Amino acid sequence: MKDYEEYFRTNRLPHIWCPGCGNGIVMKSIAKAIAKLDLDQDKTVIVSGIGCSSRASGYMDFDTLHTAHGRAIPFATGVKLANPELNVIVITGDGDCTAIGGNHFIHGARRNIDLTVVLFNNNIYGMTGGQASPLTPTSKKATTAPYGVVDRPFDPCQLAQAAGATYIARGTAFHAAQLPDLIAKGIQNKGFSLIEAITPCPISYGRRNKLGDSPAMLKLMSESAVPLTAYGKLAPEQQEGKFPIGVLHESHFGEYSKEYSHVIERAEGGQK
Amino acid sequence: MSKLIIRTNRCKGCNVCVTFCPKKVLALDTLGKIYAVDEASCIQCGQCELRCPDFAIRVAPKEAK
Repeated sequence: MKDYEEYFRTNRLPHIWCPGCGNGIVMKSIAKAIAKLDLDQDKTVIVSGIGCSSRASGYMDFDTLHTAHGRAIPFATGVKLANPELNVIVITGDGDCTAIGGNHFIHGARRNIDLTVVLFNNNIYGMTGGQASPLTPTSKKATTAPYGVVDRPFDPCQLAQAAGATYIARGTAFHAAQLPDLIAKGIQNKGFSLIEAITPCPISYGRRNKLGDSPAMLKLMSESAVPLTAYGKLAPEQQEGKFPIGVLHESHFGEYSKEYSHVIERAEGGQK
Repeated sequence: MSKLIIRTNRCKGCNVCVTFCPKKVLALDTLGKIYAVDEASCIQCGQCELRCPDFAIRVAPKEAK
């Protein structure tokens, strides 16, 4: 098994993320998952959108694509359909995936195209200065919501499940030992896989909401994240403020690029 | 052989490794970079490397006894 650092563009380090930002932990988990599966570096493509999280593609030594805001999944769909042999991993953030790219996200899941979407959820638009995203929890403060957010946040896992994704998992930056396994299973799944990785943003989100520094935010994650089976046993009032982690959903459905190859055969009039 | 490999040029002083070290081996220096205060008591559990967001610390593989 290769060392995970062999998958980094080490000449680009140190990275631009703020001190204590959990994106580095999630990026390391992706590299560890790839090392675990021993994927060919020339047959793995990393596609990212715009945002703090999406800078990760620049630090990873694969064929990488840093695309338009919210449009990582459409670009990745194109890559996958042009060459279905490739392993395509999408790195996206909460704003990128569920706000600007929300439509692309649900339709990617609906098609069940073989992409592995790693959603770095830091609950805020960090890069642009801390605006509220669709995953900012109700009543939390942001620069665009100085008195607290009024809206309810999305649950991206439930959203993907309803849209038809075939593998859904959730992990956190605190549970960094588990995260590579969750991502590796997502890469192995032939179909649309979503891994929501909850990561601390101590500068734009934590500081404004008095959640403390990065270690304090990680400790908070360790208290509020509960493994799925244990979460199911909690009474509804105990579930308040907690969320399940682990593999949340698995199902089977025809993979899009495979189904599409049958369309190509039919169009060519082939009797296969 | 040193138990910890620290690359201070990558360290941003976020304090994550210092907080999660069970043996209190690490600390931040006056410039806000990590250093090993007490490397002898390091048990090489890997908690620091696991959660370092800046790839600044590596735990050397345990030497065979």
